[in-house]
Amino acid sequence: MKGSSESVEKFLRALFSRKIVVFCGAVVILFIITAFFAPYIAPYDPDYADFAAFLEGPSKTHLLGTDSYGRDVLSRIVYGTRVSLIIGVLAVIIACVIGTFFGMVAGYFGGIVDDIITRLTEAVRAIPQVVLAMALTAVFGSGIRNLAVILGISSMAGYIRMMRGQVLSIKESDYVMAAKLQGNSNFQIMFRHILPNSISPIIVMMTQQVGSTILSEAGLSFLGLGISAPTASWGSMVSEGRVFLLQNPVFALTPGICVAVLVICLNMFGDGIRDALDPRLRGEL
Amino acid sequence: MEHLLELKNIQTEFKTDGKRVRAVDGVSMYLDEGEIIGIVGESGSGKSVTMMSMLQLISSPGRVTGGEVYLKGEQENVLNYGSDSEEIRRIRGGKISMIFQEPMTSLNPVLTIGYQIQENIMEHLNLSKEEARKQTIEMLKMVNIPDAEQRFHYYPQQFSGGMRQRIMIAMAMSSHPTILVADEATTALDVTTQSQLLEMIRDIAKKTGTAVIIVTHNLGIVARFAERIYVMYSGGVMEMAHAEDLFSHPEHPYTRALLRAIPRLDDPKERVLIPIEGLPPNPAERPEYCPFYDRCEYRMDKCKKEIKPDLKEIRKDHFAACLLTEEEKKQKKREIDEKEVKKAPLRKAYKENCLEVSNIKKYFPIYKGIMRKKVGEVKAIEDITFFLKKGETLGIVGESGCGKTTVARCLMRVYEPESGTILFKGREITHLKDRELKKIRPKIAMIFQDPFSSLDPRQTAESIVGESLKLNGAVKTKEEYHTKVDELFRLVGLDPSLKGRVPHEFSGGQRQRIGIARALSSNPDIIICDEPISALDVSIQAQIINLLEELQAKLGISYLFIAHDLAVVKHISDRILVMYLGRIMEIAECDELYNNTLHPYTKALLSAVPVADPVVEAGRKRVPIRGEVPSLTKRPIGCPFQDRCEHAKEKCREAVPPLRDTGGGHFVACFLYE
Repeated sequence: MKGSSESVEKFLRALFSRKIVVFCGAVVILFIITAFFAPYIAPYDPDYADFAAFLEGPSKTHLLGTDSYGRDVLSRIVYGTRVSLIIGVLAVIIACVIGTFFGMVAGYFGGIVDDIITRLTEAVRAIPQVVLAMALTAVFGSGIRNLAVILGISSMAGYIRMMRGQVLSIKESDYVMAAKLQGNSNFQIMFRHILPNSISPIIVMMTQQVGSTILSEAGLSFLGLGISAPTASWGSMVSEGRVFLLQNPVFALTPGICVAVLVICLNMFGDGIRDALDPRLRGEL
Repeated sequence: MEHLLELKNIQTEFKTDGKRVRAVDGVSMYLDEGEIIGIVGESGSGKSVTMMSMLQLISSPGRVTGGEVYLKGEQENVLNYGSDSEEIRRIRGGKISMIFQEPMTSLNPVLTIGYQIQENIMEHLNLSKEEARKQTIEMLKMVNIPDAEQRFHYYPQQFSGGMRQRIMIAMAMSSHPTILVADEATTALDVTTQSQLLEMIRDIAKKTGTAVIIVTHNLGIVARFAERIYVMYSGGVMEMAHAEDLFSHPEHPYTRALLRAIPRLDDPKERVLIPIEGLPPNPAERPEYCPFYDRCEYRMDKCKKEIKPDLKEIRKDHFAACLLTEEEKKQKKREIDEKEVKKAPLRKAYKENCLEVSNIKKYFPIYKGIMRKKVGEVKAIEDITFFLKKGETLGIVGESGCGKTTVARCLMRVYEPESGTILFKGREITHLKDRELKKIRPKIAMIFQDPFSSLDPRQTAESIVGESLKLNGAVKTKEEYHTKVDELFRLVGLDPSLKGRVPHEFSGGQRQRIGIARALSSNPDIIICDEPISALDVSIQAQIINLLEELQAKLGISYLFIAHDLAVVKHISDRILVMYLGRIMEIAECDELYNNTLHPYTKALLSAVPVADPVVEAGRKRVPIRGEVPSLTKRPIGCPFQDRCEHAKEKCREAVPPLRDTGGGHFVACFLYE
């Protein structure tokens, strides 16, 4: 967006003016770096099982101890970050792209197109997300890619509804009428005029959804429906460690803490972005 | 003599973006018992904020930083009371009542109107419930609400906008206030309703001895209703005088410039509007010197050297805040008068018709229930027949709901009319499909009312203006595109170097210029202007009107000028079409329509528009009009105007009068002229 560098600057200034948002952003970035450089950060191969040293407590050789197969917990957490973030981001992108498109089409064309899309969305929403994800995993099987697609599809409904609402109000505005009178085609109007003007709540929703998707992934993995062994995932680690909570509490607790910290920080950061984008909350009016 | 209300040096600040903005900067005014005063000013001049400051209604991030308010009967400065104290609440709504602009939002929708008024009476007058109820009904009768006893139990949404504003007045008057503040109370209403309401406020005020403060941007309203007028600009009072004196001998250069910039209903056709150049200063960066300096034609070097002048008495009861002496002003006035006034641009009249519309109708279906069954139709427009010559301006006037916009949308083929024909340059376009329309679309352009919502906030000015050039393949190369865009910018008086900016970085007037440039970009034959200036401040309106006239002279475009402001329409149009409830009432040339008005509705409409001159106002004949514009679904049988017309006969209630030529192109739809 040329010419709006001033508003971008305003947005950034508003975003960074709150300490808690900056802190949460920093934590999120730390997790991203961890995920990216996992092979360099992790002290051991996450899948290497040292049967001589299972369920050990924290020590100099194993900072967070080892699990029931003698694998290094810290390394597994580091690699688990990767899984969580990839699934979180990928699922949100899938949901956002498809959801935004269908929401826009439904809102813009209205009538029967709208009826079909909204009814289908409502049908999907009526099924609890976990149940839906379970059903889809049963059909498509697990694995990082499948899990991302499944979580994406099951959270798409929110984007469709939000985008549809946005479009319904924007398509009545004078500038859309003006664009029509200039001879723009429907798709030109949708992508050139409506999409750029309705995207900011979607962006906010995306940042907030990454957190909840990570949580869903952890939940599914905990239930044994997500990432299958031996790939390290926070959810499955909690599930495995739960049995040995008395012998080695660090094993189950640390991945749980990681999920909590990352999700909280992502949500706070998402709230920060929302507040910074909204001039009313920024105290400008 | 002690005044009823006196404000002294009120200062109010708002904090935005860390900057302190002085919205009201040292305003002093007074009000005597039973007097009606007017406060006029453009948006942002601080008129409403002054009133809110007086009642301590300013909330964070705003703050009243200084000043005194004395009200008769109060021992001390009212501003010393806490903003939530017992004392100030007794004054608010008790001694001083206020009516706001939006009748839609100022009544609580979940309580009956009777209950709301009754509660107000019980609170302020300490009456029993039964007595309060009686008074409420009396109040409703006073504001001419029919069947007051039954309407007591109605909810606000069961009333029309005008009725709701009457209820607001009843509520405001119910506590027997000594002062009534009407803050743009009639701005959102139709002209006929507006004049009915203001006349009613005046009558009630005179009967009860209540003093009234009318806050408005409309000079005509204060000329008609106010006895004494304060002119505000950029947070300060520029001039104060009695109404007649102010309009006949304006002293402050701002007032003088303003009166030269606004069109009046009684203007001769050749009148040229002289716009005030520039923009009001941004209140955050207002200079220390006179705030009007940068736009003032009378400015002298000394104005910039000294701080903002205070009000001083020029002659008895006439104050102005200007540093210039009488002699200096006379001298400057002579210079200004000698300066050549740009003549009204000469427009060529063509013979051929650009647009011919005959008998078009547009009905909108009403659906009900879950099955969305069609239960009826709203007959938005019926039997619309008119023509538009090349290079001509046809004004369309009418109150809200009369179908002006529907007609415009049918012509642009956003809607497809149910029947009738539209001929554009001899070609039938009534039922063309989208693909064929694409070729016609660029030839009929549009300028919108709201310069804020009609420009895509994410596009740069350049791509807004240039979009249609690209879409319609009007330019071949990049260089050609850029030269063409620059040319369009210059044509509407904008600096092409601003083209990389986005709409919110422009002022309202500049945005409207971008809208005009966009309309011109496809080289159209007709531009439909839908209320193009009603969202702009008075001092900017003249600039846009003049620009439109110049462009027409230069390019020979036809305009269809839709507006509710009759004075503006009369100024810019060659012919005027008057609509009421979806039908044409009268079509005539401008002067003919004004001097030889035929239709009773047009007469009432013209009479309702106030003229910014108290002397002329006093001499004008009033044509009273009863009731309000009914909703389209309740259109009376026969002539749509029959239930409000004093000449209505049996025949009018049975048949719809046809549009007849009475000679000289003066068409009227009324049985009186058969």
